[in-house]
Amino acid sequence: MRPLLRFLAIAAVVVYSLLPFLWFVLASWKSPAQLTAIPPEIVPAFHWGFYRSAVTTYGLLAYIRNSAIVAGATTAVSIAIGALAAYALTRFRSTWLRFYLVVLLCVSMFPQIAVAGPVWRILDALGWLNSYPGIVIAYISFSLPLAIWILATFFKELPYEIEEAALIDGCTRPQALKRIVLPLAAPGIFTAAILVFIYAWNEFFFALIILTSPALQTLPVGIALFPGEYTMPWGELAAASTIATLPLIALTLFFQRRIVRGLSAGAVKG
Amino acid sequence: MASLAVTNLSKKFGAAKIIDDLSFDVRDGEFCVLLGPSGCGKTTLLRIIAGLEDSSGGSIAIGDRRVDRLAPRERDVAFVFQTYALYPHLNVAENLAFSLELRGAPREEIRRRVDETAKILGLDGLLSRKPRELSGGQRQRVAVGRAIIRQPKVFLFDEPLSNLDAALRAEMRLELARLHRRLGATILYVTHDQAEAMTLADKIIVLDQGRIQQIGAPAEIYHAPANVFVAGFVGSPRMNFIDGRIDQRGIFTAEGCRFDVGGLTDVQAGESVTLGVRPEDLELAGEREAAIEGKVDIIEDLGSDKFVHLKSAGREWVARVVPETRVNPGDFIRLTASRGRIHLFSGGRRATNPSA
Repeated sequence: MRPLLRFLAIAAVVVYSLLPFLWFVLASWKSPAQLTAIPPEIVPAFHWGFYRSAVTTYGLLAYIRNSAIVAGATTAVSIAIGALAAYALTRFRSTWLRFYLVVLLCVSMFPQIAVAGPVWRILDALGWLNSYPGIVIAYISFSLPLAIWILATFFKELPYEIEEAALIDGCTRPQALKRIVLPLAAPGIFTAAILVFIYAWNEFFFALIILTSPALQTLPVGIALFPGEYTMPWGELAAASTIATLPLIALTLFFQRRIVRGLSAGAVKG
Repeated sequence: MASLAVTNLSKKFGAAKIIDDLSFDVRDGEFCVLLGPSGCGKTTLLRIIAGLEDSSGGSIAIGDRRVDRLAPRERDVAFVFQTYALYPHLNVAENLAFSLELRGAPREEIRRRVDETAKILGLDGLLSRKPRELSGGQRQRVAVGRAIIRQPKVFLFDEPLSNLDAALRAEMRLELARLHRRLGATILYVTHDQAEAMTLADKIIVLDQGRIQQIGAPAEIYHAPANVFVAGFVGSPRMNFIDGRIDQRGIFTAEGCRFDVGGLTDVQAGESVTLGVRPEDLELAGEREAAIEGKVDIIEDLGSDKFVHLKSAGREWVARVVPETRVNPGDFIRLTASRGRIHLFSGGRRATNPSA
């Protein structure tokens, strides 16, 4: 009885979460006639026209490219700086660790709207509005604290003696970081990377105000701008949303396996 | 290999002196054990020598090179951790080869030395295993292997056997002794286990509260302890102690006991002294020569030894007797000790004359 209840509870949550997703995935495969049919038809005709027009008419590929560049760069920079910062925070001056981490947490809690004005003015003054570096810098201000938090948690768990053994065996600090700490903290690095990537990939508000040039816009903004004055291209919206979701699913599945593997490898004591 | 010299070393955490002005050296090829209770500063001392912690003053020299301002990797020491601290993501061969690779040794040489080290330690068949696939004893061997493959100037061991079970510990102890003889290595070895200290050491340094209590060969530490702390810390069961006075005739008296200690010490008659006698130095005695009389409380029969705990004038005494001795709880027995086996301490320090 209990396993059955558990299954039903989990199923309810999954259905509740996935239903909208399923709805637009099915919608993207419908024919234009099916899309507006009343009563709605559930089973699509596996019609690929909306995908074609999303790419050709609405320039979906450019948005994908922009998103990939922006989210990729945000992730790379956040992890690179975050790993060094988290390492320093957990290894030196441990009395200040909590203080720094709490400050970081507070910083990352500012609502975006509160910093949007200053961020816009700064980027405007730098001439970085409508540029990749501009949006990446804005994203890093939010993603870096997140990355540092996750990585610091993982670094703290690593037995320090393993690193000390490396230092005695002939490593410099940077070598110990590269050869011992980073491989052992791999699960944490992947976790942080995924979360940062998802954040940057989905972010809408900063992208909307910083990237006003259509050539630079990312997927969320691009898709939001599909509807014209007199048109509501539901099919293309559904197709673009499906495509925008796929990389996240693929990444998560791919990294998840590595995270699980990394966890079991790192769990060894001594 | 090289000698190690520590001079006036100290370490403070705030106002607390963890290590207080220590000086000692370890000769080239010597197996030196730092023995002391937990919290006596012995591990901190070892970590300072390795460069893992800063000192608050003093100097450390390996050979004729002063190393106390150098990074750990520049000191040419190897450190075996209590937790082994193997690299979990590397297999046994990679763990062993790690230090050689960092130094850019040729691949051929690395392979040769990994094989050689594995052979010495019986790790031959385990080279491709990860640390998590090894037993405690095997991990211990890898940790030792990682140290010896480097051929460092000095080996530092931090309680390397304390995570092993008793049988394995005794076995590894023997292996370490053999290894030391084979390599002729200079070793500084930290432990709180006196059996390890007594069996492995050429020289023991007894440490308590950050200070050296005594430096000497194991036999010297055991048979001529410099003070009450050393006398009580080394030896199991613990030495029996009793405070009393020596009278004009050279008779030590205290509640419920009297020992003839005439000529054993220069302590003035009437001054208070502490008398110590090890359990194995107490023997059953007749009525005339009896030093202590008491009622047997508990008997611990270990097969090879029999420990008799008795109460005399409210104090507890422990005596080791031959296993064949017929004695039962509640029995009334008399004990004595030969003069040469009696330790006298005045103000906590050894007061037995060296000739005695």
